[in-house]
Amino acid sequence: MQYLVSVIDDMSNPGKTDRRPAISEFNERLIADGYWVFAGGLANPDAATVIDNRGEQSVFSDGPFLESKEYLGGVWVWEAPDLDVALALAAEASKICDRKIEVRPFA
Amino acid sequence: MNDVEDAITRAYHDEWARVVAGLTRRFGNLDLAEDAAAEAFATAVARWPADGVPPNPGAWLATTANRKGIDRLRRENQRDRKHKEAQLVFDHTPPEPIGAIDDDRLRLIFTCCHPALAMESRVALTLRMVGGLTVAEIARAFLVPESTMGQRITRAKAKIKAARIPYRMPSAADLPGRVSGVLAVLFLVFNEGYLATGPGADPVRADLTAEAIRLTRLVRALLPEDGEVAGLLALMLLTEARRTARISMDGELIRLDEQDRGAWDPALIAEGHRLVRERLAAAAAGEVPGRYQILAAIGAVHTSARDIRDTDWSQVLALYDQLVNVDPSPIIALNRAIAIAELDGPDVALAIVDGLEAELNGYHAFHATRADLLRRLGRSQDARHAYDEAIDLAGNTAETANLTRRRDQLK
Repeated sequence: MQYLVSVIDDMSNPGKTDRRPAISEFNERLIADGYWVFAGGLANPDAATVIDNRGEQSVFSDGPFLESKEYLGGVWVWEAPDLDVALALAAEASKICDRKIEVRPFA
Repeated sequence: MNDVEDAITRAYHDEWARVVAGLTRRFGNLDLAEDAAAEAFATAVARWPADGVPPNPGAWLATTANRKGIDRLRRENQRDRKHKEAQLVFDHTPPEPIGAIDDDRLRLIFTCCHPALAMESRVALTLRMVGGLTVAEIARAFLVPESTMGQRITRAKAKIKAARIPYRMPSAADLPGRVSGVLAVLFLVFNEGYLATGPGADPVRADLTAEAIRLTRLVRALLPEDGEVAGLLALMLLTEARRTARISMDGELIRLDEQDRGAWDPALIAEGHRLVRERLAAAAAGEVPGRYQILAAIGAVHTSARDIRDTDWSQVLALYDQLVNVDPSPIIALNRAIAIAELDGPDVALAIVDGLEAELNGYHAFHATRADLLRRLGRSQDARHAYDEAIDLAGNTAETANLTRRRDQLK
């Protein structure tokens, strides 16, 4: 079962910026234990573009689809047998990243 | 006919959780388990009056429910797909010896009380799947429309399926936290019922205390070694023992210092005391007591006194000092201050209580406690204002009546 695991950044309460070495070490463990499918840190939401081509013409908007204080900082995809396993890993991830983590199953 | 009705009611109480839990394990699907169990009980209602009560009602119900479950799958013509798409994942590793009885009901309870579910969802799901209350009864008990409660339960089951919440005993490391989650659900149900007491209260709401006690007894039977489970049961029993003494004929709340202690239930108190003594012995042997055990011990001190004036307040204070370490909540600090008032005087207590204003300003009991202390210090004007604030904030009419009377008695 695959889960999208999102790292939540918060503009009003930003997490520490020195977490990379610890995150790399965590990723190595995830890979060794067979949970790691994908990982990626995201650029600032300002770098995003929204495209709406549902109507007559394609409309481009500069910025993320949701304006909010909290935003996606990075994403993982994990393979885990059940939610308890995913949540235990996510608890570790939250501590290591010093950020909130969302665990969301793929349908 | 009445004997059969009694047998069916008894079977419902004794067997519902077991039947649902067994079906859940077998079919891996909570909806199917619930529906098949309901059908089996409906069949019992239809057949037992004519055929007689079977010698082993539990086995009859389990067998019948299994057949109903299979019938449903066949009817829906999706048996293979359902097996592949089981709602729940199972773990077939043998459970670790953690002082728990290997019982599917325990798995069911832990699943329904999973921390990934919102508290109100856990409560609804537990009462339906483990307690056997109907959706209508649960809706009435929590004062929401039936459709709302139905949706809440449906969404909870959908989340269990979509996110793969497993049907499994938590590991030894996770167990204390998970048990804590279960106890929080049961305590919430109990308090909801306890606050609903009084003339005019819907009996379904008042029955919640009995339901909470029943489910806590079940959890205790399944986790006989767990101190906090024992503590919560003791706390519930000692609280429930005082129920009839707590409300006057006019629906006014009667506080502990004014209750007719002769109206307390001696059997519940005796059982509560027994559990507390058991936990005290465990604490003496080195087990660190959790908050429910300490709260129960405080309740035991209160219910040991024949009269409010006989209350061993220094013991109460010592227990609150322990509790504050385990649970730093300002409400605990507030209740501790009440004990301080008895030992060191209301002025010392008032200083402590005033220090909690920032955190407890919106809580009626904060103002009620202040009002009482101010009254005892002869500051009637300030007491009157505090009673007014408490009355404004109190939701429960029984409490409002009591606070109004106390305010009106001020000179």
